[in-house]
Amino acid sequence: MSAAVQDAPAAVRVFGLRRAYGPRVVIDRLDLTIRRGEFVALLGESGCGKTTLLRALAGLDPIDGGRIEAPKRPAVVFQEPRLLPWDSLWRNVALGLPAEGAREKAAAALAEVGLGGRLDDWPRNLSGGQAQRVALARALVQQPELLLLDEPFAALDALTRIRMHVLVKDLVARHRPGVLLVTHDVAEAIALADRILVMRGGAIAAEHRPSAPGLPAATRATLLAELGVIDDLKSA
Amino acid sequence: MSQADHTATLALPGLAAAAPAASARRVRVFGPRALLALSWLAPVLLVAVWEVLAQTGYVTPQVLPAPSKVVRTAWRLATTGSLLNDLGTSLLRAAVGFVLGGSIAFVLGILVGFSRLAEALIDRSVQMVRAIPFLALLPLVIVWFGVGEGQKIFLVALGVAFPIYINTTLGIRQVDGKLLELGRVQGLSTAQMITRIILPGALPSILTGVRYSLATAWLALVVAETIGAQAGIGFLAMDAREFLRTDVVVLTIVIYALIGVVADSIARLLERRLLAWHPNFGGATR
Repeated sequence: MSAAVQDAPAAVRVFGLRRAYGPRVVIDRLDLTIRRGEFVALLGESGCGKTTLLRALAGLDPIDGGRIEAPKRPAVVFQEPRLLPWDSLWRNVALGLPAEGAREKAAAALAEVGLGGRLDDWPRNLSGGQAQRVALARALVQQPELLLLDEPFAALDALTRIRMHVLVKDLVARHRPGVLLVTHDVAEAIALADRILVMRGGAIAAEHRPSAPGLPAATRATLLAELGVIDDLKSA
Repeated sequence: MSQADHTATLALPGLAAAAPAASARRVRVFGPRALLALSWLAPVLLVAVWEVLAQTGYVTPQVLPAPSKVVRTAWRLATTGSLLNDLGTSLLRAAVGFVLGGSIAFVLGILVGFSRLAEALIDRSVQMVRAIPFLALLPLVIVWFGVGEGQKIFLVALGVAFPIYINTTLGIRQVDGKLLELGRVQGLSTAQMITRIILPGALPSILTGVRYSLATAWLALVVAETIGAQAGIGFLAMDAREFLRTDVVVLTIVIYALIGVVADSIARLLERRLLAWHPNFGGATR
């Protein structure tokens, strides 16, 4: 798989990205390439600029320097589902699609996330996990080259989160967008990603491949150390 | 007297069956239906007392005629008099004023809600005019329009405009910024942003404005119709006052009240239909 991914075209390229809020520099000379079909997780302490990077890639925030080569319209799944409460599920999924064939496409996308029978249901009747699945369907129905996930499972309970991991992995394998997952959860990053990046001081500080030889436990300990959770590597 | 005895004496005969003599703590003496029936008891009782007082002469007809007399007057005026004609005139005035004032206010509210430039140009003036109790403008309005239809419609339109303007702007401003961001991510055009996200999001607030404005519309109409009207419910009331026909005056008051209730029910129905998705409006909660 990794060989195929290495040859795949880039889903996004970032060169020397800089982003500052007043005097505070949040992202500084950051470089990043994500290829189509590649699942990249971005870890980092709170306030390290993870979400800022994601918002810049999504085109939601301006940048102060550098260059982003991204598809015109990356799909985004936020921490909250952000469903329109006044629209039925299929209308939510079809938001932004051309009207022709929208319902059929939305129906197919909802079926993919296991909500095929609930096209005309209302968002308020959904559980948190179901709502987030609709948000996933809404992102994937756009057939994005780049999928940006901003801590999409953080608000879910542990069991629902594991179910979502399986679903997301499956969907990404089928649609093969480049994925950037911003998360706090080291286990989640290891479970999902082909490549894990650790962000510190506004740039990429470390990079890991959980699928490479070596135990996940070792990767986990290294990551926790890099995130400043464990001070001494040997104590882990 | 024991506690159980006490409850039993309070319960109405018809309700006693629903509350068998079990321990007073567990029993719900009044179910929802009984409470609904009970809520009508006080008004019905009041009208009955009023009727009795009027019939026995404790209250003279000039002060307050008996309810039965008011009903008879209503029937007589409806069949032989001009009651329906007057009612129609009043409703037409209210409707024209409502549509005129409401649509102008809605358009202004949308402009100001969307554009900071429009807000800078329009909002301060509107807020300054709003500080005037609109009925205080009545003498001026009479100078402008005389005492014809124009004066009445203008006053209604003025009363309607402010609640709708304010709630439209407020509704648009309160649309969830996260949903607007989603709209951008999904690549919506400006027109789609407005129709898919902003207007539906502002609708609860706009409908609240409609409900408020219905109340002010009636208030404006009552005041406007008491001056120089040749037809309408207000004219009926003023005409009756001249001849000390208290029964007709009371009838017009009741009619104003009924129209208000009907208008409010229509607004509520509209809310239930249009806001079926909203947890506070749709569903079986009301």
